[in-house]
Amino acid sequence: MAEAKSIKPQESALVRAWNWLTETQVWVSVFRHTAPINDRNRVLVMLSNVFLHLHPVRLKKHGVRLRYTWCMGGLSFFLFLNLTFTGLLLMFYYRPTLEYAYTDIVGLREHVPLGIMREMHRWAAHAMVITVWLHMFRVFMTGSYKPPREFNWNVGVIMLVLTLLLSFTGYLLPWDQLAIWAITVGSNMARATPFLGYEGPGASLLAIGDVRLVHAADDARFALLGGTFVGEGALLRFYVLHCVALPLVIGFLMAVHFWRVRKDGGISGPL
Amino acid sequence: MADDSLTPPAGAAKPAAPKPKPPTPAPVQNPALAGKTTSRAASAAKKAGKVIDDTSPLMGRRGWMSLAWASFTAATGGCLAATGRFMFPNVLNEPPQQFTIGFPDEYAVGVDERWKDRFGVWIVRTPFDAVHEAAGFYVLFSVCTHLGCTPNWLPAEVKFKCPCHGSGFRDTGQNFEGPAPRPLERARVVLAEDGQILVDKAQKYQFELGQWSDPEAFLAV
Repeated sequence: MAEAKSIKPQESALVRAWNWLTETQVWVSVFRHTAPINDRNRVLVMLSNVFLHLHPVRLKKHGVRLRYTWCMGGLSFFLFLNLTFTGLLLMFYYRPTLEYAYTDIVGLREHVPLGIMREMHRWAAHAMVITVWLHMFRVFMTGSYKPPREFNWNVGVIMLVLTLLLSFTGYLLPWDQLAIWAITVGSNMARATPFLGYEGPGASLLAIGDVRLVHAADDARFALLGGTFVGEGALLRFYVLHCVALPLVIGFLMAVHFWRVRKDGGISGPL
Repeated sequence: MADDSLTPPAGAAKPAAPKPKPPTPAPVQNPALAGKTTSRAASAAKKAGKVIDDTSPLMGRRGWMSLAWASFTAATGGCLAATGRFMFPNVLNEPPQQFTIGFPDEYAVGVDERWKDRFGVWIVRTPFDAVHEAAGFYVLFSVCTHLGCTPNWLPAEVKFKCPCHGSGFRDTGQNFEGPAPRPLERARVVLAEDGQILVDKAQKYQFELGQWSDPEAFLAV
């Protein structure tokens, strides 16, 4: 009597390779959860991944309505990432010294492949100022600054100032006539800082007898320029502010900003 | 198109409410658009109370996603390639490999250090070169053959001495003490058309390969 044999169909080589791969220790140690095919797994996958967890697990439907948000916050963040990356690349060629700054900028166009890199940085910087303003305008017009979001509105205002300061500090770096005189004019405003600028209101009160405590060589403008005029000290100081200090601060505030958006109930929507 | 139900089409004959219904669902029955979405079909289907899927008449949803991911991947790859290329400039601000160093009678016999800082070479004028059996010039690279430091010329001891690990070389370039495994390298040296000495660092001659006997490794004067 012949025995009835049931033969299980062989899986294809690709499927077997995939099964083997996903069972290796390396794979399992990297990907802790199986495919996100149901709600529970989707949540687990997002919460256990540092990149995915930056984005909320759930979005409100109105959150992706372009007509409401204009995506201006997202575009601002995208441009910031863009600027960080192109700026990093520019740092490979730019030297912030009187001798090299201007020629390095020219060299970035003439001597380096993709001479458009510096222009991308510049255009993205202009675009970011515009998108940040429009983001603020949208938030204002939709009343999204109202409780419980008033704290985040203030964080946003500080980031607006930082965006403008990043623009201002970046302005000096090409070290051409436009840059030098624009920063000369701009930093002269710091002379009028109350108490801290040597021409500002109240500064003359800070004196011991005839000796003024706030003068041209120790006031707010001096702190900004690292000198009494726009020179070598100012160039280096603006470079460090532009490339390290301000991006660190605004990056920190962005983390707070995005976190608060989620904690305050997600992207605000029509009531 | 989500607001279609709120905005009646301008000039539409609205008062006769039940009448305009039959013509509008027609696109849905068009076999070419079956299961597809156009704005016309969508609004018609919505009015007819039908459930629609949001696939395009041009391409299925899966096709669109594939195209989108393929485009994104291609753009990302292009950007990465461009970034890699950006790191290799077209112009280098480095000293030239080939240069003239003046006329032979500007050099006395012995080791001359005047081009060491700028071009990294010693010009040596010798009354008798053992390899070429003549008087003339050879040019030594000021790079130690041990690990690449720059040796010093010590005139009193008539030797090159490397400060890093103590390798010593005779004025011929021959190594005689310390860890250096082979003599200093010589550069191509010829007379330029105007009679000046021309040094070409792109061409180097190594003693251990028998290259010092090359006619351009030595300039007989």
